[in-house]
Amino acid sequence: MVRFESVGLRYGRAGGKDAAPEVLRDISFALPEGAFCWLRGPSGAGKTSLLRLMYLAVLPTSGRLTLLGTDVGRSPRRVLPGLRRRIGVVFQDFRLLPHLSVFENVALPLRLAGRPDAQVRADVTELLRWVGLARKLHTPPYELSGGEQQRVAIARAVIARPNLLLADEPTGNLDEAQADRLMVLLRELNRLGTTVIVATHNDAMVERYPAAALRLDHGRLVHEA
Amino acid sequence: MKVAAASLRAARFDALGLRRALSGLMVPLLVAAMTFLAALALGGWIGSIALASQWRDGAGAALTVQVPQPAEAAAHGGGSRIDAVSAVLTATPGVGAVHVLSADELSDLLRPWLGVGAERLAVPLPAVVAVQLTGGQATGGRPDLGPLAHRLEDAAPGTLLEDHGMWIDRLSYLAFSLQACALLALALVSAVAAAAIAVATRAGLAARREAIEIVHGLGATDGFIAGRFAHRAMVLAGGGGAIGALAALPVLLALAVLAAPFTGSVHGIVSISDALSALPPALWGGVAILPAAAAAIGFATAQGTVRRWLRRLP
Repeated sequence: MVRFESVGLRYGRAGGKDAAPEVLRDISFALPEGAFCWLRGPSGAGKTSLLRLMYLAVLPTSGRLTLLGTDVGRSPRRVLPGLRRRIGVVFQDFRLLPHLSVFENVALPLRLAGRPDAQVRADVTELLRWVGLARKLHTPPYELSGGEQQRVAIARAVIARPNLLLADEPTGNLDEAQADRLMVLLRELNRLGTTVIVATHNDAMVERYPAAALRLDHGRLVHEA
Repeated sequence: MKVAAASLRAARFDALGLRRALSGLMVPLLVAAMTFLAALALGGWIGSIALASQWRDGAGAALTVQVPQPAEAAAHGGGSRIDAVSAVLTATPGVGAVHVLSADELSDLLRPWLGVGAERLAVPLPAVVAVQLTGGQATGGRPDLGPLAHRLEDAAPGTLLEDHGMWIDRLSYLAFSLQACALLALALVSAVAAAAIAVATRAGLAARREAIEIVHGLGATDGFIAGRFAHRAMVLAGGGGAIGALAALPVLLALAVLAAPFTGSVHGIVSISDALSALPPALWGGVAILPAAAAAIGFATAQGTVRRWLRRLP
């Protein structure tokens, strides 16, 4: 499902005397299909970079990364969009498109996958009703509260039923009740077969929902449990 | 609910917000100006082709024969030199009409150079014979005039045969140069239009960088993103092209009306339909194609620009 073998990552140019330092070094781990895993570590440890590798915003500069059965470093560039469509991401800053309505933001992954209009309308309306945003279909994201924006971001991440769901500090902007609601949703998706990886430094949350955890420090994997 | 359903349709879906990022009048106006110039260049190209063929058919089908001392006795037989030359010409296959210019016609011809009453000057004037060749020889390349010149020389020594070939060659070179310049102008305005569209596309890429990265991250292919830009650029450039072509039409019509007497296509412009028919069909077709060509340049330029830019993303 997700396999890292001695993966290293540096931003900017590799080699030469002005080469950027490695932000991730020698990362090796494997997660089976249907796993739920915390990604922990202090700020700047490389959690976001590890997630960026997993949603293919960057490619490893060394080692081998296999996602959903595809060796991403050795695959031609044209196979990556299809792979990205099987991966859902909830960003810390949501990354919603401000010029699109709530409905269109959530519909985007289905449109990119070429789903028929009627199905897009039915699925998106249903999911937005489920996350409690049925009355805000046509609202632009900037008119929503932080919690509502997050629910839109989650809806967009799961609308196309991804095989792998990644979340970067998803509870950072939520109060405790909302965070619990989100965790219930993530566990439910996991129970339905989605592999879920959640980066967080919210220790209380990890204690309430015990699961396997990867811990990063200074760009290295220090603990795998 | 009807309104809500309509707004959920994909037709209104502008994933990258390009209606705002690639908007304004810059691209349509620039493309309109370039299309206007392209239409004029096209007019020059097609017009010079028409003039060149007109010259070739007119001048190429005519010969001029000068006979010095026309009234003196011919080398053989009993007639005058001019009679002998006329007889040889008339008997030559491919010769249509043989016309010996009268004294009045000759003095008309010479008046610009010698003034009124040229015949009173003690200048010995040759007789001039205008010869019209028949179609077969006029269109089938220039006839071989060597044997004819020999027979004329034999009948009346000193006779000069002039086939206007040098002038046709010079006019052909001129027409060819005009055509080359027109094609160069077309290529240049196409390049300028493409450059303007590329600049506008880059500005759109910069303005929508974040949206592009998000959509790319959600699994959009390069083809999808480039297609959005290309469609937008195609609409803007096609609209500008239509405006430019429409604006050029009256100018081309006016030029065609002015040029009509030279090309012989219309013998007098008296009505609107005369004016419209003064424009060659090829030019009508060319002007109609220009907006489509502008749209195609917009589409292809935006595709290339966006795809090159997207290569920086993994």
